[in-house]
Amino acid sequence: MTVTVDLRAVLPEIIVASAAMVVLLWDVLVGHRGRRALAPLTILGLVAASVALVRVGVRPPAFGGMYVRDAATQVLQMIALLAAVLATVLSLDYLRRSELERGEYYALMLSACLGAMVMAASADLIVLFLGLETLSIPLYVLAAFRRGNVRSQEAGMKYFLLGSFSTAFFLYGVALLYGASGSTGLAALGRAAAAGLTPLLGIGIALLTIGLAFKAALVPFHAWAPDVYEGAPLPVTAYMAVIAKVGAFAAVLRAFPLGLGALTEQWTVLLAALSIATMVLGNLVALMQRSMKRLLAYSSIAHAGYLLIGMAAGTPDGAWAMTFYLVVYLFMTLGAFAVVLLLERGGEEADQIEDYVGLGARAPWLAAAMAVFMISLAGLPPTAGFIGKFYLFNAALGAGQVAVALVAALTTVVSVYYYLRVPYLMFTGKDQAGVRVLPAPGVRFAIITAAVVVILLGVLPGPLTDAVQPLAALLRGK
Amino acid sequence: MLSWLIFAPMIGAALVAALPRGRVFAVRWLGLLASLAALYLAVRLFQTFDPAASAMQFVIRRPWVPLLGIQYAVGVDGISLLLVMLTAVIFPIALLSSWGSIEEKVKEFTVAMLILETAVLGTFLSLDLVLFYVFWEAVLIPMYFLIGIWGGPNRTYAANKFILYTMAASVLMLVAIIALYLAAAPAGERTFDLLRLQEAAVPATLAPWLFAAFTLAFAVKVPVWPLHTWLPDAHVEAPTAGSVVLAAILLKMGTYGFLRFSLGLFPEVAVAAAPLLLVLAVIGIIYGGIVSWAQPDLKRLVAFSSVSHLGFVTLGIFALTTEAMQGALLQMVNHGISTGGLFLIVGVLYDRLHSREIKDYGGVAALMPRFAVIFTIVMLSSAALPSTNGFVGEFLILLGTFRRSVVFAALAAMGAILSVIYLLWAYQQVMQGPVTAKTPARLVEVGWRETLLFVPLIGLIFWIGLYPSPLLRRSEASVRAVVERVERRAQAQVKHRPMVADAHVDVAPRQTTTTRRKVTP
Repeated sequence: MTVTVDLRAVLPEIIVASAAMVVLLWDVLVGHRGRRALAPLTILGLVAASVALVRVGVRPPAFGGMYVRDAATQVLQMIALLAAVLATVLSLDYLRRSELERGEYYALMLSACLGAMVMAASADLIVLFLGLETLSIPLYVLAAFRRGNVRSQEAGMKYFLLGSFSTAFFLYGVALLYGASGSTGLAALGRAAAAGLTPLLGIGIALLTIGLAFKAALVPFHAWAPDVYEGAPLPVTAYMAVIAKVGAFAAVLRAFPLGLGALTEQWTVLLAALSIATMVLGNLVALMQRSMKRLLAYSSIAHAGYLLIGMAAGTPDGAWAMTFYLVVYLFMTLGAFAVVLLLERGGEEADQIEDYVGLGARAPWLAAAMAVFMISLAGLPPTAGFIGKFYLFNAALGAGQVAVALVAALTTVVSVYYYLRVPYLMFTGKDQAGVRVLPAPGVRFAIITAAVVVILLGVLPGPLTDAVQPLAALLRGK
Repeated sequence: MLSWLIFAPMIGAALVAALPRGRVFAVRWLGLLASLAALYLAVRLFQTFDPAASAMQFVIRRPWVPLLGIQYAVGVDGISLLLVMLTAVIFPIALLSSWGSIEEKVKEFTVAMLILETAVLGTFLSLDLVLFYVFWEAVLIPMYFLIGIWGGPNRTYAANKFILYTMAASVLMLVAIIALYLAAAPAGERTFDLLRLQEAAVPATLAPWLFAAFTLAFAVKVPVWPLHTWLPDAHVEAPTAGSVVLAAILLKMGTYGFLRFSLGLFPEVAVAAAPLLLVLAVIGIIYGGIVSWAQPDLKRLVAFSSVSHLGFVTLGIFALTTEAMQGALLQMVNHGISTGGLFLIVGVLYDRLHSREIKDYGGVAALMPRFAVIFTIVMLSSAALPSTNGFVGEFLILLGTFRRSVVFAALAAMGAILSVIYLLWAYQQVMQGPVTAKTPARLVEVGWRETLLFVPLIGLIFWIGLYPSPLLRRSEASVRAVVERVERRAQAQVKHRPMVADAHVDVAPRQTTTTRRKVTP
């Protein structure tokens, strides 16, 4: 096997990695005064990577077939870059306010993005693992980034411990799959799987699934999410909520169809069960939350369940529907977090849902934007959330998974209650005197962008629908 | 033209939203003008509509998500035309009625109302199932906020009950829409186009489930007994304008759904299920009447009377005769006018005494003579007195039902009598006798604005009551087409069964099914 090193194929990744290093060094070399340039540098790096992504285009597999840059990679990596750009814009004001702005922060964000990008491009279990670790470790550190804050410390520690466990599961799964197929390549695994399901293969798949389910916060591997979401600094929570999902679902999209295409019937049942459990539990527990961050945490758990519908369908329609929803999820979740970021109570994050009562009187547009995000998260038209769920229902029913579709539909009804409560409270009741709406231009910009995108995708879903079609090819080849 | 009609209120909402917050006067006028613009377009539509054609007119078709065969498709036929007219008439009145009662968050209120109007018009005019569902669900959000923000003391409970109840049923409809889409055609030719799906062959094992999901969603909206429990709460807590819109228009979305989708997409199943729905309709008529009678709260009384009146509409639709269906359609309009009027009347009283209890009033007629005249006319219209609109509708329904089943017609007629009892009783308690109201000084006569609210309604009451043919003429071809399609499809199904192939070709569908049941053991 000759390993051809075509570095052009990984140009976007190289740019992101270099940007991370530049940001890190900038802080050391330029010092305090240069801090204002950190965020622009980060964004510059991310934009440059996106441009490179487009310019490089689709290429043949690199590194001896371990790394693929097909149309699906392009779409998934673009989503990861988009998430990183938006999260950077969101972080800016918060970091300055709480004096956390340091080169490390941006470097870690870029590394996490790099991890998700690698996962999206992997055709090999080792590369997948590499991506997973590159994604996870920066997030552990970011969760504990407020060093003076006990909650943040706790969040980081919890995330790290549980995350390590899940990584071990994942790695053990990789080892078993290697034992079963004699190769870490997904294509070789696919050939081995075609020969039939052996115990080794079965246990390997299960362990691999557990590892990814942890990252995506699927029930019953979700327990870490609420505490970590609550404790981590807000912009980190927002970023974590999207980038970890992008990475995990990209990995699922890569590993299952290519490596286990022959066993589709087995793993679709497994994923459908996970999806149902996640939707039910995520939505029911979200009903009882009083903290906005915890509400969004359970909401992100529930949405992991919805996203998984696409994969559980095991059809081309499911793959692109899931990717569509991933983009939608990114905008509506970051939008909702941005609204939370804009508020503070006594210098702290305004995290309690009661803090939102009556805000509509003071900040009507903010309340309107929150209403848009919540309506979209609840899956009501005319927002992107509805279209996304519609595509997913279509995929589930198209695959004959009536139970999944019905559970998804009914849990959506449950979710309407807790989502709409937020804008409802914002528009009623007495204004909370202690809550301040911050100026934060970056966050405002992000809110407006996200709200516009959420509505636009709800009214004109065509372009994005076409854009995610390459994902269907991943499941068509089986 | 239809797109302008649908989105005129939406444009108005955007303009209102752009106004500064303090400008209550400008907000109110702009909101009213936007709804009047929609009314103007609706009247133009009514004039240019071709009554002879049963097919969809003014059809616009644009691809929306071509990959899945989703279109932006709108069109109007005789059935939707009347409901569009009703919507366009009621919204300006509802907005005008809020001028005296909504003082807080006027801008948000106006925006919500205008978005609601767009959503309702879209629901009635959509020819694509996805588009229909989008508008159908979009109705819920502004209504949720209307009840939840501007409602009475128990508004949170009422708003949540309203949205959860209706959502639960409608998401099942969404699943059914997709299932229908997948089952009706092979991949590549799939479409959400209503007209094409009507002609598609749905597997006989699947059709009953889909029919059930669609009909359940509509039945909750109507509401058909026993799915009505959200309605009294929502009505009582909603602000007057919200109640008016809810009763006059939103409930019709359910009965419209029966006509357009339950009967249109699954005629065979609808024929088989009609007896069940007729029974529920009659129970609703009588139950609603009796419960209304027992209400101490005037608004609850009107709310429960809706259950009874909508029972008539359901009866008329599932009687499956042209007369009854025409009557049902007309009665949808009539109920919108008379019950919308009754909620306005309750609103007028509530604005003065801040009480809805019947016992707090008494002898109001002596203090508010002009109001007494209005109340009398609207009340009699709701009680279906001859020469008012209600009579024409109920008469046609009873006539059509009588041809189908004497028992149902007789029971329904009892319900009509009940409605006279509770309405007259309420009128007597509130308006007549010596003045026993708590603070008579606050019961001032209705002013010009309030009178203006009722002028178009009273005009319509007598117009439809004395000369209904402009409406009936426009709806007849479409209604006849629906009934004939149902009969044709039901008979085609019967013909598949050799034992009864020659039996009762010209009899009505419901009897055909009963006969079939008797013949085939």
